[in-house]
Formats: sequence, structure tokens, C-alpha cells
Amino acid sequence: MLSILHAAIILPFILAAGMPLLKRLPGKPHPGWAVMLAPAVLFVYFLKQIPIVQSGNDIVAALPWITSLGIEFSVQLDGLSLLFTLLISGIGTLVVLYSIFYMDKEKEAVHRFYVYLLLFMGAMLGVVLSDNLIVLYGFWELTSISSFLLIAFWHHRERSRYGAFKSMLITVFGGLAMLAGFVLVYLMTGTFSVREILQNTGIIAGHPLMLPALLLVLLGAFTKSAQFPFHIWLPDAMEAPTPVSAYLHSATMVKAGLYLVARFTPVFSGQAAWFWLVSGVGLITLIFGSFKAIKQTDLKAMLAFSTISQLGLIMALLGLGSASGYYTDVQQSLFYSKATMAAIFHLMNHAVFKGALFMVVGIVDHETGTRDIRKLGGLMSIMPVTFTVAAIGALSMAGIPPFGGFLSKEMFFTAVLNAREMGIWSMDTWSSLFPVIAWAASVFTFAYSMVLLVRTFAGKFKPEQLKLQPHEAPVGMLIPPVIMAALALVFGLFPGLLSYSLIEPAMAAVLPGLLGPGEKFLVSIEFWHGWTPEVFMTLGVIGAGILVFVLQPKVKALNSTGSARFSLNGVYDSGLRTLERSSKWLTDKYMTGSVRHYLIYIFTFLVVVLGAIMLAFDGFSLDSSSYAPVTVYEAAILLALIIAAIAVPFANSRLLAIILTGAVGYMVSLFFVIFRAPDLALTQLIVETVSVTLFLLCFYHLPKLKKELTVLKFKLTNFLISLGVGLMVTLIALSALSAGNSHPFESISKFFLEASYTLAGGKNVVNVILVDFRGFDTMLEIVVLGIASLGIYAMIRLSLNEKQEQLPPGAGFNKQSGGRLVSVRSNDVILRMTSRVAMFIILTFSWYLFFAGHNNPGGGFIGGLMTSAALVLLAIAFGLDVMRSIVPLNFRKVMASGLLIAFLTGLGSLWFGVPFLSHAFGHEYLPILGEVELATAVIFDLGVYLTVVGVTMTIILEIGRDR
Amino acid sequence: MELMMSIAVGILFMVGVYLILTRSLLRIILGTSLLTHAVHLLLLTMARLKKGAPPLLGEHASAYTDPVPAALILTSIVISFGVTSFFFVLAYKAYQKLKTDDMEQLRGDEGE
Repeated sequence: MLSILHAAIILPFILAAGMPLLKRLPGKPHPGWAVMLAPAVLFVYFLKQIPIVQSGNDIVAALPWITSLGIEFSVQLDGLSLLFTLLISGIGTLVVLYSIFYMDKEKEAVHRFYVYLLLFMGAMLGVVLSDNLIVLYGFWELTSISSFLLIAFWHHRERSRYGAFKSMLITVFGGLAMLAGFVLVYLMTGTFSVREILQNTGIIAGHPLMLPALLLVLLGAFTKSAQFPFHIWLPDAMEAPTPVSAYLHSATMVKAGLYLVARFTPVFSGQAAWFWLVSGVGLITLIFGSFKAIKQTDLKAMLAFSTISQLGLIMALLGLGSASGYYTDVQQSLFYSKATMAAIFHLMNHAVFKGALFMVVGIVDHETGTRDIRKLGGLMSIMPVTFTVAAIGALSMAGIPPFGGFLSKEMFFTAVLNAREMGIWSMDTWSSLFPVIAWAASVFTFAYSMVLLVRTFAGKFKPEQLKLQPHEAPVGMLIPPVIMAALALVFGLFPGLLSYSLIEPAMAAVLPGLLGPGEKFLVSIEFWHGWTPEVFMTLGVIGAGILVFVLQPKVKALNSTGSARFSLNGVYDSGLRTLERSSKWLTDKYMTGSVRHYLIYIFTFLVVVLGAIMLAFDGFSLDSSSYAPVTVYEAAILLALIIAAIAVPFANSRLLAIILTGAVGYMVSLFFVIFRAPDLALTQLIVETVSVTLFLLCFYHLPKLKKELTVLKFKLTNFLISLGVGLMVTLIALSALSAGNSHPFESISKFFLEASYTLAGGKNVVNVILVDFRGFDTMLEIVVLGIASLGIYAMIRLSLNEKQEQLPPGAGFNKQSGGRLVSVRSNDVILRMTSRVAMFIILTFSWYLFFAGHNNPGGGFIGGLMTSAALVLLAIAFGLDVMRSIVPLNFRKVMASGLLIAFLTGLGSLWFGVPFLSHAFGHEYLPILGEVELATAVIFDLGVYLTVVGVTMTIILEIGRDR
Repeated sequence: MELMMSIAVGILFMVGVYLILTRSLLRIILGTSLLTHAVHLLLLTMARLKKGAPPLLGEHASAYTDPVPAALILTSIVISFGVTSFFFVLAYKAYQKLKTDDMEQLRGDEGE
């Protein structure tokens, strides 16, 4: 059943689809105002869900999709999902508001921008709300794609395209690995539902597939959350417009990896591999990112590395928290669960202060035209509001009271200090490293926060280096960062607001095993715990941080951007180049551009694979017991057919080759007669006749057949391959016939024979199948025909127009009387006299065939072809102009009306509440005609008739017109 | 009969494939035509030959031939007419533009 949660996911998609309509609005308002409604409404909705989730009631809804594969669109809203949905919708609202002022509706393709942004929003909501892993994966990849589109939004820039491609490759690579991990989880537990998997964690714990599944899932999480060494895409993603960087590449999308780790913590917690990988990679990323951030001169690059580092911090905390799954003693478990609490709290703090900082950088960029800190400085007095926001954001990031970042940084220190007491998984050896790394990284974090703040806003103002005359940003652009900064302060001063509304439910979702029914985690976040080691660590951070900040311009290790000789980016670039080169080399080996080569692959594959399979399964067999007898007459026709066919490759003139092919066709129609398929025989006869006309018309345009001047090797290859195909077909045909003797299954033909009259009221079973049982196929078939004829029309008209352009205007190219059919026009008096009579006979016969079709041989196809044959005869005997004056029809319109009739007949059945193309029939008594059957199928057949006439005549006339 | 038909179908396939592998556009088109014929006869043969009256219920026969392959083939005949004419026009338009009907010369070159 479709729930409100489903609707919440779909809402942004619907709005994205409606974006073209917004474009048409009078007065061209900025589309951002309408777009902002979606996240705002969602934010309010999700806020209202807090009490429900808080009381421990997860909201769950399912929509069946591919149930046979265990895939259903099931959604759930628990504490963890709720936290993320609030981030997505809340920050989404602010970012859209900000973007209204950032993205100039006159200069930028804002509609496209919002389509991508909404696409992302919906996909991201889908990721955090999906309960089914396959659905989650789908949305996950969609976030990668929308991120790609947004990074490449200014696609005329080479750097943007490079960054977009890089992020796509890395995150999609991880996504695929994650999918494989999901499949392994499915193999272990038999379900894709996260909720059901959580009930089966016992199966996974000792399973041999556990480790591969764990590694693959983590690969997905690490690539998405830009963990070392996959972080290289994030700095390049900064080419995106700043609202995008603030939203996707700092607050939401990059946190999808954290979400995944948190989501799978109950599954894998208590595993040494999980603990070490998550916390280890997290810590490495933390220190690496913070160290790299100091060296950056571009503000956005600095924030990118800062984001990488902060994501590592949260990742490490999630890893430390997962240790609580190992312990059976509740007190110990709770002791280590503090790390998880810190992770969740810091996640929110980071979203808020980093969002504010990104927006500040966007403002600086927007107002000064540069993000290079070497050119910036002294903006404090020019942009006081922006400075205030930046100061709050930077201080929160640096972990200075009284902001939210301080509290979570303290909790982080507590967690790493607690880790020393773990004593499991060789932690006794390594655990003392944890606080050291954490402390060092915090020092760097403090230092770059200061660099960001001081170099931009303090110091000397250098207006000569700026492209624009800086001034304070417009109010609309300031509101979102001010709100974020205010939140950073509120989170710091009143963390209790979050404790039981968001943090506790989220913890309950990440660590469900620790709580008994009705129990809650104790979440108390306080400023002051006395003179604890954490306080001294913070004081040390400030001291050392100031030192690093002061030394930064002077010490080379702190300001050079690293050696170019070896870098991860270099590895990525050269790896990609090698990959491209080698795949091109490989492709060039077999993609030769010659159609013949491709056909040889196809045919050889056919022969080899079919033959091998038939041999392997002992499929070849010959059972001649039930063959039909052969008469001399049949044998003679068959011989004629074979001779004609074999002669075709030897024919040296075009005419002979065409006539021989035609002969084969006529022989085939004779076989249709012999094998009691009157409809086929009629169709084939008329088609052959019309085809010959067509061939003769095309004939004029085609070159003479040259003798194939080719080497023997070429011919021999062709011969061997064709011999193989022919042999294979014969053998398979014979084997199939033998296999059919044992009647492995009931043929459906029996149904058609029995039901043809009772269900469809027709006695010609073939026709009934075409117009009734398989009417939908027929409808699409005539559509194909129509397309083919329009294709021909387009090809010919295209070159006609070219020629017309070459002629001087007004030069006598008579559009109406066309072409060569006139010159083909026969002077044969006998032909003209006989065709005058014959035409009417053929036409009448064609209508007879059409009406007889339901019960006797005939029908729309045959009638239509016959009518076309009559018209072609007319055109040949009297010329095109005469035919046009007698039948003044636009045959393309005839075709279109035929298609329309067929389609409307199909739709008509919906009116009576039955499926598309259901037919009705009745037997009526009419004066003179006697009992007549009236069936809607006849109307459908009329559509077929008109289409066939239209198509055939369009083709013939267009080719005839072409010079 | 079925044996003979199977062999004939095999020969038609052989000639059709041979023609498709040649270099002249016209021969290739004729090859596809022959392949179509071959497929039609194959379908018909697979349903067994001469096992009853035509599938017209007005005949009141005790047995009818299989209507399903007939319906399939009817569709195919008309479609292949459309496709063959399309091929033809494509072929001669290509010839007019590129002044050759040799597939080896029509092959795409590097960078095209």
C-alpha cells in the first residue's frame, strides 16, 4: 500500500517532472521559490513524526514490486532514518533558499539545476527510508548520478567534467561492490529486508560469507563517504555550484556512507574486522584530511578536505561504538556505546557548521570573485554578518565552547580514551594510539579553522586583487547561513533539545541489541564534567593549534601542496588512462568497422554454441516415423525452389538475381497452398507481385552487379560459414521434429482452434488470432510498418530537398507530378485496356477478401495488399498523375487514420470495462444480406487494411517519385 | 516430406547467409529475402505438414493444420515487405551518396 512515506520520497520527483511547467509561468519567477516548498513541507512532516518514533514505534509500509525476487518497495522510519530525513529536508530547504540568490535565473539554467537537485533530494530520501536493500541500492546509485549531473552543472568547464566523471566512477564502483555485498547478505539470510536481516544476525555472525559481505558493504560506504584512499573525488567535486557542495558534498550525500555503516552496525557489530576497518579507516581519514586541509589555498578545497576529515571522525566513532556489540555485559556495552552517541551528535553538528561555512565561502566567492585565501583578507568590516557566521562555524568546527562542535569533540575524546580499556582484538597493543591520533587531528582541525577564518576576514584588505567590489550579501543569501550558525550555537547551549528527540531514537536504531523492551539510552550531554582528561586535551589542542597556525606560512611541510611525483590522484589518472588505452586496443582488435566481420562473429557463434550445446545434451536425433508422404508434384516444386535459390549467388545480372529470388518466393507460396495455409498463400502471392514492382523501381537506382572480384579465401570463408549455418538449421529442424513426436507439452494451437468461434465468433482461425487473440501484436506490427514507410519517405524527401536547394529558386521541379513512374508509363494499349477492367475486378476482390476475412481466407492484410496492387497497376498503366486524379488521397494520412482506427478500437474496449483490445461480436439479421456477423474485430481489421494500403502506396509512390 | 523440407530450409539458409556475407548491397538484400523465406518454411515445417484441413472452421473437418505458425508467418511476410523496401531505399540512397555499393568500402574508418 502506498503510504505517506512513499509519497514523501516521490514528492521531489514529481516536482522535478513538473519543472518544465514552471518555466512557462508568467513573469518568470525564480523556480527556487516553488522548489523550496517540497523540502519545507517534508521537514514539517518529519518533525511531526518525532514523537511517534521517540516512543519506539517505527513507521513501516510496503509496496510489492518484484515479490518473486524478494524485492519490494518497503520503507521504514526509525530513529536513524528520521535523523537523516530531517537533515535532508531541513538543510535542503535552506540550501534552496540560498540558491535562489546564488543562481542567477537570467544567466544560469536554473530549471535544469533544480531538476537535478530535486532528483537528488528524492533519491537521498529513498536511501535513508528504504527497508529493502535492492531499493536502497537503486536510490544510492541515483544519488551518484544526480551528484554527477550537479558537479558537471557548468559542463563547459573542463574541470567540472573531470570532477563529475571522477566522482561518478568512484562512487558507482563502490555502489556496485555494495550491491554484491547485499546479494551475499541475501544469500546468508534469504531476505533483502533490513528489518528481517536484523532478526537474523545470528546466522551471519558465523557464516563463511560474512567477511566478503562485510568488506563489500564497507567498500560502498567508504567510497561514498570519501574515506581514505577513495577521498580523492571529493575535492574535485567542489567544481559544483556552492549550494550543491553545501548540500550534497558536505551535509547529506557524503553522509550516506555513514548511514550505511550505522544501518549495518547491528549486523556486523562485535566483529573484529568491522571494528578495525571502520575505526581504522576513519582515523586515518581524519588525520590525513585535517593535515591536507591546512595546505589548501582555495577555500572550497580546504572545506572539502575538512569534510573528508570530519567524515573520518564520525566513521571512527561509529567503529568504536560497534565494539559495544561484542560485550555481553550491559554495563560494558553501554560504556562503549558513548562513541555511537558522539557520532550521531557530531553528525548533526557537522551538518550545521559545515553547511554554514560552505554558504559563507559561497558568499565570499560571489561577492569578491575569488576563493583564494592569498588574495582575500580584511573582509571583516565589509561583511560583518558573513564574518559572524563564519566565526561561529569555524569555532564550532575547531571545538571551542560554547558551540555544538565543542561538545561532540569532547565526547569524541571520551570515546577514544574509553577505547584504551577495551583489551580485545589486540586493542591492548594499539589502543593508546587512538587518543594520540585524535588529538593530533584536532590540532590540525583547529589550525585550518583559524586559517579559514583569519586569512579571509582579518588581515589586510587587498581590493586590487579582487575581481569584484565586495559588499555584504543580500539578505536572502544571509538567512540560511545565519540560521545554521544559530543552530550551531543552540546545539551547544541546549544539547538537551536533541538528546531524547533525535539522538536517543537514532542510537536505539544503531544499537538495538543493547536495550530491553521499553528501555532507553541515557543521553546526557553536558558542558562541564570537572577537570577530566578531555578538558586538558582541549586546552592542549588550542595551544598547539595556535602554534601550528602561526607556523603554517613558514614551515614548508604545512603549506606545500605535496609532491607531484606520487599522489593518489596520479594513480587514479594514470590508471584511467591505461584502462582507456587498453580497452581501445582490445576493441579495435575486433570492431573492425566491417559489417561482414560482425556477421561472421554472429554466425560462427550461432553454429559453435548451438552445435556444442546440442552435442553436449545429446540433442541431435532423427525420427522419420511420422513424416508426411511426398508426391512427385511436391518434389518437383521443391527441386525448382532449391535450384532457383542456389542459382542466385551465381547470377551475373541484377535482373536475373531479382527474378530468381522472386521465383523462390512464388515457390514458397505454392508450398503454402500445399500445406493448407490459404491466407499465407494469398499474402505471399500479392507481396511477391508488389515486391517485384518495388524491385524494378529500385533497380533504376542500383549499380550493375559486378562480378565479385575477391580472393578465394574470402569466398571460402563465406561458404564454410554459410554451410555451417545451413547444416545446423537442418539438423536442429530434424531434431526438433523428432523431439516433437514424444509430445513433451500440449500445443496452444488446440486452444485457438477450440476458442476461435466460441470466444471470438470467427471461423478463420488465423485471422482471429491476428485481430483478436493476438491483436496487440498486430497493432504494434502495423506501427512498425508505418515507421518503415515514414523512414523511406524521410530518406527520399531528405535528398529531394537537397537537390531542390541546389536548383535556383523557381526552377521547374514539379512537386506534384512526380518522377519516373511517368516515364515508366506503358504505351502498351492492350495493357491499358485490360487494366481498366482488371483494376475494378482486383479492387472488388480485395474488398471481398477484406470482409470475408473473419470466416474465410482473407482479412485486413491481404485485402490491403490487394488494393495496393490494383492501385499500382493503375499507376503503371496510366501514369502517376492519372492515378492521383482518380484516387486523390494522401496515403500517409490513410496510414495514420488506419493506425488511429486500430488504436481507438482497442481503447473502445476500455469503455466497457474490459482490457485493451477486447473484441465483442454478435450475429444480426439484416435485410437482403441475411444473417450477418458484426464484430468489433472487423473495425480493427479495417484499421489494419487502411494502414497496409497507406504504407504500401507511400513506399511505392515515394520510390517512384525519386529521381 | 518433413525431411525434404528441412533440407530445403537448410539450403535456403545457406544461400541466404552466403549472400549476406558478400560485398554487394543488392546481394545482401536478396540474401535477407531468402532468409525470410527459409524462416517461413521452417516455421511451417515445425508444425508438421498436411495433418488436416486449413484452419477454417467452416470446413467442419476432423483435424486442422496448426493456425499458430500461419499467423506468425503472415505477420512476418508483411513486416519483411516493409523492411525489404526500407533496405532497398537505404541501399540505393547510400549508393547515390557514397558512389559505391561495396561493403568493404563502406566500412567505417578510424575516427568516423
